[in-house]
Amino acid sequence: MKQKENVKKLLFYILSSAIALLMVMPFIWSLLTSIKPDEEIFSIPLQWLPSTFTFDHYIEAFQSVPFGRYLFNSLYLAVMGVLFNLLFGSMSGYAFAKLKFKGRNVIFAILLAAMMIPGVVVMIPQYIVLNNMPLMGGNDILGQGGHGLLNNFWAVILPGAAGSFAVFFMRQFFLTLPDEYMESARIDGCSEFRIYWNLYLPLTKPALATLGIFTFQAGWNSFLWPLIVLNDRSLYTVQIGLQAFTFDKQTAYGPMMAATIVIILPIILIFMYLQKYFIDGANFSGIKS
Amino acid sequence: MKWNRLNETNGSSLALSFTSKKSSFNRYQSRAAYFLIAPTLLLFVVFMIIPIAMAIYLSFTSYDIISEIEWVGLENFRRLISDEILWITFKNVGVLTIFYVPLMIIISLSLAILVTKPYRGVTIFRLAFYMPTVTSAVAASIVWLWLLNAEYGLINQLLSYIGIAGPAWLAESAPAMASVIAVTLWLGVGGNMIIYMAGLKGIPNQLYEAARIDGASGFQQLIHITFPMLRPTTLLVSTMTIIGALQIFDQAYVLTQGGPANSTKTIVYHIYTTGFEQLQMGYASAQALVLTLTILIFTVINFKINQSKD
Repeated sequence: MKQKENVKKLLFYILSSAIALLMVMPFIWSLLTSIKPDEEIFSIPLQWLPSTFTFDHYIEAFQSVPFGRYLFNSLYLAVMGVLFNLLFGSMSGYAFAKLKFKGRNVIFAILLAAMMIPGVVVMIPQYIVLNNMPLMGGNDILGQGGHGLLNNFWAVILPGAAGSFAVFFMRQFFLTLPDEYMESARIDGCSEFRIYWNLYLPLTKPALATLGIFTFQAGWNSFLWPLIVLNDRSLYTVQIGLQAFTFDKQTAYGPMMAATIVIILPIILIFMYLQKYFIDGANFSGIKS
Repeated sequence: MKWNRLNETNGSSLALSFTSKKSSFNRYQSRAAYFLIAPTLLLFVVFMIIPIAMAIYLSFTSYDIISEIEWVGLENFRRLISDEILWITFKNVGVLTIFYVPLMIIISLSLAILVTKPYRGVTIFRLAFYMPTVTSAVAASIVWLWLLNAEYGLINQLLSYIGIAGPAWLAESAPAMASVIAVTLWLGVGGNMIIYMAGLKGIPNQLYEAARIDGASGFQQLIHITFPMLRPTTLLVSTMTIIGALQIFDQAYVLTQGGPANSTKTIVYHIYTTGFEQLQMGYASAQALVLTLTILIFTVINFKINQSKD
């Protein structure tokens, strides 16, 4: 019996290690490629470890493309996305969970239903809405004449600033908190906004952390929408910049892998450090539908 | 009846003794609530409600940003029927979905079963399997572009060790589609593994114990306990996977640019090209509506299939 258990254990470790290797190998291989001298990148048969480490590809990646600029842009957009979603998501989540008001259930149901609408159907109208935003980017009061919010970071920030998911996520968390604080604070004459801000919001730190990390990851990784609304090179995000790499420098795999590592690394490091939150977020996003 | 209603509107039994105060307080409470949801609602109306209405309207018009919007009736939908590339993209995405969705379910469930085993170090495997999910589809595709390089890529070099001459993965139709599917699986199995892990945790252990006492084999337990108990989870995973598969863009765009000869071009890619490269926004809206309808139909079919087994 014990022997059978040991065989099972051994099989488990062999199988799991093989799959783990498959999952992680692409990262390792691109890291190794990025620090190899050129002739070793293209050696046949393949050379696993570089004979000498070189950071030339990293230097080249940053010099041939304004990658520092792209990194800043992506960071800014991701952080703004997090801040807005945490603020608006928690405000509405609190209202839907703890306050009574007319139309609460209907409005909430409509917000939820919107999660089912595929992004592609609102892609073109959202673009037109941004293009015709009144008094923005040279537009008149009717939204004519200029380019509105296009080629502006707000074009990325605003449409994603109050995601249904953030509202739903925060509402579920507020529901788990007891009503008693609210009731006694009201008797003490505390304003509704202060009850939300000073009493309940501090209790949601774990939820905010999970939502924040999830939102950051989504923002950092988003591609199609920034590609559509940010056409000015100085506004490019890392994902757009990276994709531009493949077309501009068809065979420069060294710098390309270096650039890839630079944009994957932050998210992997955050993941290693805060994996619990990633897992919670993924778990929760599954329960949402 | 009155008791119930009062309790419901306030959530506090205290309010019963202050009926007149309560109504002004309730007004105050709803004002606070509307204030708190105002930013969300405003953004929701501007970027969701109005766009949905616009999408329907635009699909009956011809609009290219530069000239005026022109009503064309059903012209766009008539044009859809003879749009060869659109049907190619539908076929591509259909093929992709047929392979991708079942593989996703099988692999993510297998991984979940693997990493819920009570062995030491299992957390490390969990993290390794989940890691691709946190990276972007664009970055991952670029890494795979290098791995799948016909001459110098790791995949073909490894294959050459065992005497197989690998294909030019991204330059031929069938391997290109297989590559897109494989990369998408690699990216996504971690996320669904987590959802299945939660599902597995919910299965009471007594069921397995009882089955073992009855002499059921591991395989029998899988068929008769694990699968049926996981049906709600599978419904969720399959629905999300189908919706995701029908909307794939990033991987196809970066890995193959839709090629060779449109063989990996996806529906969203086609809509993107029509709307933002050719600026035919009215026509692209009609295409997007057709995709939405397709997603709806597949979701309903999926629900029916998964429920009929109950």
